[in-house]
Amino acid sequence: MSAIATDLSATELSKGTSLPSWLAPLLVVSFAYIVVPLVGGSYLFEAILLPFLALSLAGVGLNILTGYAGQVSLGSAAFMAAGAFAAYNFNLRVEGLPLVASIVFSGIVAAAIGIVFGLPSLRLRGFYLAVSTLAAQFFVQWALTKFSWFSNDSASGVIDAPKLFIAGFEFDGAVGRYLFALTVVVIITFLAHRLVISQTGRNFIAIRDNETAARIIGIPVLKTKLLAFAISSFIIGVAGVIWAFAYLRTVEPAGFDLDRSFQILFVIIIGGLASIRGAFLGAALIVVFPLALSRLGSFLLGDVFDSGVLDMSQRIVLGALIILFLILEPDGLVALWDRVRRRLLLAWQSS
Amino acid sequence: MPIANYAFGVAEASVYAPEILARGLPDGQPAHKDGSASIEASPALLALEGIGLSFGGVVALADVDLSVRPGEIRAIIGPNGAGKSSLINVISGVYRADRGHVALHGARYAQVPTQRLARLGVARTFQNLALFKGLDVLDNVASGLAYKTRSNFAGQILGLGRSRRERAEQRGRAEQILDFLQLTHVRDRLAGTLPYGLQKRVELARALVAEPRLLLLDEPMAGMTAGEKSEMAAYVRAARDRFATTVVLIEHDVGVVMGLSDRIAVLDYGRKIADGTPDEIRNDQRVIDAYLGVASENEEGAGI
Repeated sequence: MSAIATDLSATELSKGTSLPSWLAPLLVVSFAYIVVPLVGGSYLFEAILLPFLALSLAGVGLNILTGYAGQVSLGSAAFMAAGAFAAYNFNLRVEGLPLVASIVFSGIVAAAIGIVFGLPSLRLRGFYLAVSTLAAQFFVQWALTKFSWFSNDSASGVIDAPKLFIAGFEFDGAVGRYLFALTVVVIITFLAHRLVISQTGRNFIAIRDNETAARIIGIPVLKTKLLAFAISSFIIGVAGVIWAFAYLRTVEPAGFDLDRSFQILFVIIIGGLASIRGAFLGAALIVVFPLALSRLGSFLLGDVFDSGVLDMSQRIVLGALIILFLILEPDGLVALWDRVRRRLLLAWQSS
Repeated sequence: MPIANYAFGVAEASVYAPEILARGLPDGQPAHKDGSASIEASPALLALEGIGLSFGGVVALADVDLSVRPGEIRAIIGPNGAGKSSLINVISGVYRADRGHVALHGARYAQVPTQRLARLGVARTFQNLALFKGLDVLDNVASGLAYKTRSNFAGQILGLGRSRRERAEQRGRAEQILDFLQLTHVRDRLAGTLPYGLQKRVELARALVAEPRLLLLDEPMAGMTAGEKSEMAAYVRAARDRFATTVVLIEHDVGVVMGLSDRIAVLDYGRKIADGTPDEIRNDQRVIDAYLGVASENEEGAGI
């Protein structure tokens, strides 16, 4: 009997885990659908889960471009803005267009803009490409502010999100918007996962790891790079729709500034490049961290810890964290997570 | 073992591409030194005509001619900086020659179209390893077939029939090559984690999986121990014999090259100074001078 037990644990050990790989995501998703809406308060949804979902999705999108295909981009917030404002206008100007359709179309608009600003990637690499994607950041924000048509001539450039109807069902209130965002994120994340393990995903990695070799063996480098920009921008655009429609409900172009682009870049650096899970871990840290810091600060320092101090200390600690991650754990939280899990598994099996 | 499951259904397929089976190995048997008479007549698979290349004022290649016959192992040797790698880069289109043409299967190019290289039946390896570190060994090798992919990303995401068939076929072919080069035991390792000698062999596998008619090897044995070198030489010869591939290789180690090649071209300062069989090269005075240096005229050190 004991021989069988050791034999079993040996095979488990060799495979890392005996559980099928789809089980863990399925459990997390079921938990998010069933348990969270029952126990969560509106603060949890409004302040934590909704921004977490939007940033995670943006992180998944940027990770496809930067983590997998190796093209650095600093224009993520621009694609979020493009998605958000496109969805707003589709919804406003096309009579009777279902919400799902305007989300898909807005993703396509963001993808088109992504292709245009991805064109420099055919000639530029690394740092120079990052600088050229800044053009997207400034151009989109400028265009949305300059032409008031985009915000339906609202004086301040602010847009209000429509009600979220899908097939006659209204996603209302914090829980409703949470479920709406969760559904979109789950579907797109699943498709993104399928993408990165496909031939196209492997082509992305090949171009990232050695562009010359990829070209020599016949991978269509130019097409694949533009595809990475298109898919990435599509996903980030949809993340922008969630940000605007489900999380904030009213947004202005200034909300999608360079800081937001950096925030998304930090999400994938901290979470782990070239990892879908990494985007979620990174987004969780980016969202929860300022809240925890403000609680901790006011607990320790009382009134001295006002919003100005909070803002500064956030930047300092976040900056330090990023440096620490780059030095100590370049593969991000996801590598840390895997290592801890392996240790626990080993400990559990040896006991 | 999961290998059997993956290969299921394609395990019986030949390692030869159908087109190779159809046209058969050239001259019945691959070219060996004694059988060269029959190859003498066959037209060149690859021909360089008056290739010139310079970087700024530095002449890397000057008026180099080279012809490679189907089925032979053709070595290009020369001291450091002789222009060997530049020549391979010109053949594979990474560099554009300032003068001259490259003729592949009779078609002449001023610059070989790199993007279509695989489709033209040319594969190459690199002097400094150029594997995809983020992919495992099997996927690295399978990527050598990426140029044949017809399915688009949407079909791949949804797992439609064609993309699944392509994937199964690519993996099956890659597994056969891994088996052929005795790499099956590392198929699931990330390529970047392998020891140097194995990485070199994985690169050879990635080039071979496309079943190229012309295989360019840029210093396949650089940095290897003597044992690894003879092992690699055996793999190169086996690959030529099995896939009817023509091989052009660059190598530093003259000893290995002499045993492996059918014909050898020698470069020095960007010029071809000799071209012939290993025996002819071994006895060529200019080659000996280039490699060993010319004896100084003033051995007494007069005038210094």
